[in-house]
Amino acid sequence: MQEKILNYIEKNSRIDLHELAVILGEDEAAVLNCLEEMEQNHVICGYHTLINWEKAGVEKAKAMIEVRVTPQRGTGFDKIAQRIYNFPEVSDVYLISGGFDFMVIIQGKTLREIADFVSQKLSVLDSVFSTKTNFILKNYKEQGTIMVDVPKEERMKMSL
Amino acid sequence: MRSMVNKTITGIAPSGIRKFFDIVNEMDDAISLGVGEPDFDTPWRIRDEAIYSLEQGRTFYTSNSGLKSLKEEISKYLERRYNLYYSPNSEIMVTVGGSEAIDIALRAMLDPGDEVLIPQPSYVSYAPCTILAGGKPVYIDLKEEDEFRLTPEELEEAVTDKTKVLILPFPNNPTGAVMEKEDLEAVAQFVIDHDLFVLTDEIYAELTYLEKHVSIASFPGMRERTVYINGFSKAYAMTGWRLGYACAPEELLKQMLKIHQYAIMCAPTNSQYAAVEALRNCQDDVDRMREEYDHRRRYLMDRFRSMKLQCFEPFGAFYIFPSIREFGMTSDEFATKLLKTKKVAVVPGTAFGDCGEGFIRISYAYSLENLKEAIDRIEVFIQELRAGKEPEGIK
Repeated sequence: MQEKILNYIEKNSRIDLHELAVILGEDEAAVLNCLEEMEQNHVICGYHTLINWEKAGVEKAKAMIEVRVTPQRGTGFDKIAQRIYNFPEVSDVYLISGGFDFMVIIQGKTLREIADFVSQKLSVLDSVFSTKTNFILKNYKEQGTIMVDVPKEERMKMSL
Repeated sequence: MRSMVNKTITGIAPSGIRKFFDIVNEMDDAISLGVGEPDFDTPWRIRDEAIYSLEQGRTFYTSNSGLKSLKEEISKYLERRYNLYYSPNSEIMVTVGGSEAIDIALRAMLDPGDEVLIPQPSYVSYAPCTILAGGKPVYIDLKEEDEFRLTPEELEEAVTDKTKVLILPFPNNPTGAVMEKEDLEAVAQFVIDHDLFVLTDEIYAELTYLEKHVSIASFPGMRERTVYINGFSKAYAMTGWRLGYACAPEELLKQMLKIHQYAIMCAPTNSQYAAVEALRNCQDDVDRMREEYDHRRRYLMDRFRSMKLQCFEPFGAFYIFPSIREFGMTSDEFATKLLKTKKVAVVPGTAFGDCGEGFIRISYAYSLENLKEAIDRIEVFIQELRAGKEPEGIK
């Protein structure tokens, strides 16, 4: 049941409890229990909203920064990751296989703000020995949702 | 001047809800629950494959019976999903939708005067195709109390010494009824006992919500008596690609192939290449769509129960078939009034046979959001009717 619930609410967290139970063919109280348990265990980490800021007319800038670091004896990458993810500007941090170590995603109001963050906060960390900043120019798709307008062809209204 | 047209075809009525179609299509703001096709787009990897096939210049005819690779994939798919064994070389042909397969199968099987048993309510093409093939349709009225399943008793009543073919339209459009293993066993026995043949239209086979679909062709002694029809329209959301297939013993398939050869040549080539991809790599997409239909199905059943609208629970296809007998109107009157006052379009049950009187077909090939709004309006409509009030129009 846990997986069924998660699969559904991953795409639509606003559905009301009764409807969710009906749709999944489960008992309402059991669904509620399961949800509460998953919230407590941090299986469910939040109910966020996917926003197209550009459409809202709000200026935002976003960059994906490739970071190379020197891992520390004993704590490996985790300690450095923590130094990075604690900055509120940082929205995502991933440890990456391949040509660099961390993918750090930064959201700011302006390109300037992001540039300042990289030069004053990120590059200067002791273990960081290089960064490469990739600014996002256009967002086509995010979290499985297409963010650009595509005209949709209509079906006929009736068919057998 | 003599008449330009053939007498048989003038005797066949156009699809019963033509006039209804026209009203609906003129109303821009109507919410429709009237379509018989998936609301999903064809999965992208299938479309991508079709684009690639065009880029590669695969724009020629294929062999009459279809691309070899597609027939091989169909053969593997039928074995994997339904325990059916058909040779890709001699027992499978690719058609222009399941509809073409129905037509040519009947034409290849029927001699003048042969009777065809057609359970109703069911899809609209079986009777016209029977008549055009020189056969005689004999209708079997399925009953709501049997959950619209076909029973041996009903067969017994309808069979004559002229009966040759039984059409088996399950999972069913418009009722959503399914036939389970035990139901089919009884039918198979009847067919063998009476030396009949079966045309089984399993276009909705992937869309069942209780048990996995079972094909009558998988029963002992039935393969040699069955024409199996399936296609890509419903399972893979590929209605506009016009692609289906028929499987039958070689003796019959050879004859069907002749009609296809002379009338059609071959099914669309790029659709065939796309369908290879569908069968190879898109079972996950099928499963995802099925799950979403199932969510909607449960939602609708819950709403109908709470508004106490008589409705048997369907376990197949993407239709629900509630009874509107309590309102003392014909299906046509009910659907027309619902459309005119609440701007919700449903299909009167009578479009699928006279015994569909007293029912309406609601399709749930619509987003949940869409369904909610439509059902809210239907609920108000029903309350007004029950209170003896004339339903009010909405702006």
